[in-house]
Amino acid sequence: MIIKHHLTDKLLTAYAAGTLPEAFGLVVAAHLSLCVDCRAQAAALDCVGGAVLDGCEAAALAEDSFAATMARIKSAKDVDRVSQGSDTHGNEPAGVLPKPLRDYIGGDLDKVQWRPAGGGVRQAILPTGHGASARLLHIPAGTALPDHGHRGMELTLVVCGAFRDQTDRFGPGDVEVADQDLKHTPVADIGADCICLAATDAPLRFSGLLPRIAQPFLRI
Amino acid sequence: MAALMLAVRDARNEVAFAALFSHFAPRVKAFLIRSGTARGLAEECTQEVMASVWTKAHLFDPTRASVATWIFTIARNRRIDVLRRERRPEPEDLTWGPEAEPDQIDALALQQDSVALGRALESLPAKQRELIEKAYFGDLSHSEIAEITGLPLGTIKSRIRLALDRLRHALA
Repeated sequence: MIIKHHLTDKLLTAYAAGTLPEAFGLVVAAHLSLCVDCRAQAAALDCVGGAVLDGCEAAALAEDSFAATMARIKSAKDVDRVSQGSDTHGNEPAGVLPKPLRDYIGGDLDKVQWRPAGGGVRQAILPTGHGASARLLHIPAGTALPDHGHRGMELTLVVCGAFRDQTDRFGPGDVEVADQDLKHTPVADIGADCICLAATDAPLRFSGLLPRIAQPFLRI
Repeated sequence: MAALMLAVRDARNEVAFAALFSHFAPRVKAFLIRSGTARGLAEECTQEVMASVWTKAHLFDPTRASVATWIFTIARNRRIDVLRRERRPEPEDLTWGPEAEPDQIDALALQQDSVALGRALESLPAKQRELIEKAYFGDLSHSEIAEITGLPLGTIKSRIRLALDRLRHALA
């Protein structure tokens, strides 16, 4: 997999700081599962967090803090003994979808609950916290998404296939970071259907009347 | 610090854990308070974070993170969980292949890089350092965060990149 379009440093910093809305965090985690370069940068930004933590002026602890922590460890051990065996530590077979996405779907691509989104496009909204929403999109080969602009930020990660818009072509693993300045009409490559993960923190701005009418029903 | 953490991980050494606790617990608590956690809750969360340092010790890998960095990630995730009631999506786990055991020299080099990074952060102009701290305390939204400049991030990135390249995994 040759990845050409990467995450921005600002996004990776917000992810390291833990301030990204969950839906954006999901796109970041999925990309990091595919891209060593961004993953190394993300780890470097975690190191900045380590330096910030280490530079904090010590706060006073409760008197029994250490003893209370040891008590927590002892009781955690008892829980561990009960729940052992349910831990699926890295033994899962690799799937089509990156692991963080499989966690949200509860399985691989065959478990996705697709709903029609108009024009042959199908979508599945993923359960994430407030601040931004995430959806998987299935765009048939050669199909165009309605022309749209952005009120906030939209992150789109290609899972399979590819799409092209006014800026470039995006293949598997690539992320497009779109903001208010970008108005685009993504078109899936003719060779194969395109599946991508899209996250937005504000409703899209559709140019056409029909998509605008359908918008509230599709929760885009 | 890494030697203490390895004693906790490999020998379940309580004396080493006590030493880590006395250094990190007050800092974790300060970090949580600065991040907007009320004092009482910050104490409780600090104990939970430090308990995780013991129970999740097997996940500590000195070629990929310093102890401070590793504990930071635990504290950060706890903060997201407590303050936002959300989970943080994590990338796929990477596991060491049989032929690519973590290298002690790599681990040492990463610890030294981390110390250098800490010093660089301290010696930044106050305004620049405060911006970075604000970002990590969660005071800035993702659209307010500025690119981090003035820290030797490239060195650490290439070091971690080398460690990641040696992992047996179908990464691109």
